[in-house]
Amino acid sequence: MSDRSAIVPAPTTRRSVKDLKLGESATICCLEDPEMALKLLEMGCIPGTQVRLNSRAPLGCPITLVVGEQCDYTLSLRVSEAATILLK
Amino acid sequence: MTSGEDITTNPAGVAGSVERLEAAAGRAGGLLTRIALVGNPNSGKSSLFNQLTGLNQKVGNFPGVTVDRKTGISQLTPQLRAEIIDLPGTYSLYPKSLDEKVITSLFYDHTSPQYPDFVVVTVDASNLRRNLLLFTQLADLGLPAILALNMMDTAEQHGIQVDIAALQQELGVPVVPLNARKGVGIAALKILMSQTLGAPTERFYEPEEDLVPMVRQIRYYFNLHNDYLALHYAHQYRHLAFLSPDERTYLEELTTQYDFKPTVRQAQETIARYARVNEILLNCVTVTRTEQNEPYSNRLDKVLTHRVWGYAIFFGVLFLMFQAVFAWASYPMELIDQGVAGINGLIQTNFDGPLISLLTEGVLAGLGGVLIFIPQIALLFAFIAVLEETGYMARVTFMMDRIMRRFGLNGKSIVPLISGVACAVPAIMSARTIENRKDRLITIFVTPLMSCSARIPVYTVLIGLVVPDEAVLGIFNLRGFALMGLYLLGFFAAIFSAWAMKLLMRTTERSYFIMEFPVYRWPRWKNVGITILEKVKTFVFQAGKVILAISIILWVLATYGPPGRLEQVETQARTTAATQRLTPDETEARVASERLENSYAGIFGHVLEPAIRPLGFDWKIGISLITSFAAREVFVGTMSTIYSVGQDANELTVQQKLAAEKDIYGQPFFTPARSFSLLVFYVFAMQCMSTLAATYRETKGWKWPMLQLVYMTGLAYVASWLVYSLMS
Repeated sequence: MSDRSAIVPAPTTRRSVKDLKLGESATICCLEDPEMALKLLEMGCIPGTQVRLNSRAPLGCPITLVVGEQCDYTLSLRVSEAATILLK
Repeated sequence: MTSGEDITTNPAGVAGSVERLEAAAGRAGGLLTRIALVGNPNSGKSSLFNQLTGLNQKVGNFPGVTVDRKTGISQLTPQLRAEIIDLPGTYSLYPKSLDEKVITSLFYDHTSPQYPDFVVVTVDASNLRRNLLLFTQLADLGLPAILALNMMDTAEQHGIQVDIAALQQELGVPVVPLNARKGVGIAALKILMSQTLGAPTERFYEPEEDLVPMVRQIRYYFNLHNDYLALHYAHQYRHLAFLSPDERTYLEELTTQYDFKPTVRQAQETIARYARVNEILLNCVTVTRTEQNEPYSNRLDKVLTHRVWGYAIFFGVLFLMFQAVFAWASYPMELIDQGVAGINGLIQTNFDGPLISLLTEGVLAGLGGVLIFIPQIALLFAFIAVLEETGYMARVTFMMDRIMRRFGLNGKSIVPLISGVACAVPAIMSARTIENRKDRLITIFVTPLMSCSARIPVYTVLIGLVVPDEAVLGIFNLRGFALMGLYLLGFFAAIFSAWAMKLLMRTTERSYFIMEFPVYRWPRWKNVGITILEKVKTFVFQAGKVILAISIILWVLATYGPPGRLEQVETQARTTAATQRLTPDETEARVASERLENSYAGIFGHVLEPAIRPLGFDWKIGISLITSFAAREVFVGTMSTIYSVGQDANELTVQQKLAAEKDIYGQPFFTPARSFSLLVFYVFAMQCMSTLAATYRETKGWKWPMLQLVYMTGLAYVASWLVYSLMS
């Protein structure tokens, strides 16, 4: 990691849904923005749920996520919103 | 509570709490059971509503809010009918949008005459986990409920098996498997809906221990029947219209005293509920998916949201839509036009008198002005309904969000903006899908700047007057270019106005784009048909009233003048006509135009002249501006009447009449500078009463329509002045 992480001992697991590669799956760890979290929780983005980056809009934003191990349903959200979903 | 009568009106009779029975007894008479239909968006709620009620629907308003209240009557059994309320789709009982707030206020106040006897919760069987969240909340409110397990076919395709008996056991309410789109299971649901229902027997979430003291206090203060409802009071007292200011103050003090943190508590609750739902599903649902077969929707999306094909297909769809709205709609429009004109002619030839004139030139002409838009509105909404039903619209908003956001709009603004090219009235109505208030208001505000079909006659006549019919680059036509230029001008004006408003407007509400991407489905034509019918009805009755009123006022202004003056000019005109040996038709045309000039409208035209002279307009154009204030398409007709003076009225088209018009120096009056100034004026000016009426209806107030009127007219004035000054 960079020098900065040495100074600021930020957790190394600060990866968010925003950083997923196309087709990559990961498990939600926590939701950063409390207000946004309410909406995301309602939509099924519960900590412990698996999500997969399904596609990006032609201009890179918004993106679509497939939620759930069974690929239950697809959500679309903006990159700024995706950045508040932290991954394990 | 007194008699057995309550049992028939209130199916909760058997197991319902005493409070609820009292509420039912207090309800104003009538034997209709009131059933609310609730569910997630895309859970097939509308299909179910249509199946239950057919064409027995009406759209009203929820008291005090702009949200449509859709109700219908359903014949459950030969003896029993019920009133069904279709509530807006929502993911939970914690409202985000205006639409969703309607739901909470309906379920919290059980003394309200609107309070439902029970609810039917529609859930998507292929996506039970997320759909059951809302159900568990409703059940915890103690509302008697039926679970309509919809989309059983999709679930089956996904290899999802639901054990209905086990689910019923776990949830404590009747569960009916359905395929609402095909009508499967509706009969069973109706029978169940006609029975007496008790409150749910299961609880899915209890407020955390440390919340109980506060919750209990609220519960006893308001005499509520359960803790969960009391907790919702703590969460949402600010939005609950039925609470008195004192009650709100009480709740505010109480929540502060207990240091109640709504966001944290709501998050806790949602997580707890999901955990509970997961447990339930473990016992009731088995998924036998052998291979991770990628859903066909995702494969389709690879093409339909592709960076090249996605946009290409979208523009293809747009092209087809414009074709429909402009080309196909013109035939029925002509029929309506001729029909109204025919009836008018019939009345005029057989009767006479000022009342007949009011009926034909005022009422019927106004009515014709309303009816003529029906084909376009119907076709436009047919397209939009199909695009929505299939799930394609979600993809369009997805592709456009980034671009639109830059200008203070939202991906969802694309629908109103596109629709605006046909007619701003249905376009403004379609902005309702935008949850964020600021985004929605901006969209409504700028939509009328898109060049609508009513501007086409004006554009065609004036372009034909000043732009030569020449080919450019071999295949393109110069006039076509000019027309496209005007459309682009309108479009850019809309976009930049939106951007300016984005900077000016303040909002505390956050803009979300978190939405479900529905799977692609074939449209249900019944749903499409009902949507069209509903939109046309709304337009005719809501906007129609205003248009009719304004048409009558304009008729009065154009028909009457200061006492004696009209008779005087008419005699004068007839005398001159006789000396010039004009044909009867020419004489009539001359009389008509002379009368118009001296009517109140004509006088206003003269009064207006100093104000519009900087734009290059004279009093004749002034009259047209006034008469076309209600509807811009009137412009051409008025110009035709006014410029008939001293010409062979029947031989010339409007365009030729305008071309023949001379200024005081004997030069053609309609110079390129004047024509373009007028064109630009029509691109920007509001000139449409129906649009103002639609904005009024959608924003529930005169503030926005008035702002729109002032802004657009101001913009039109400045732009016209610039064009005229620069070109002449």
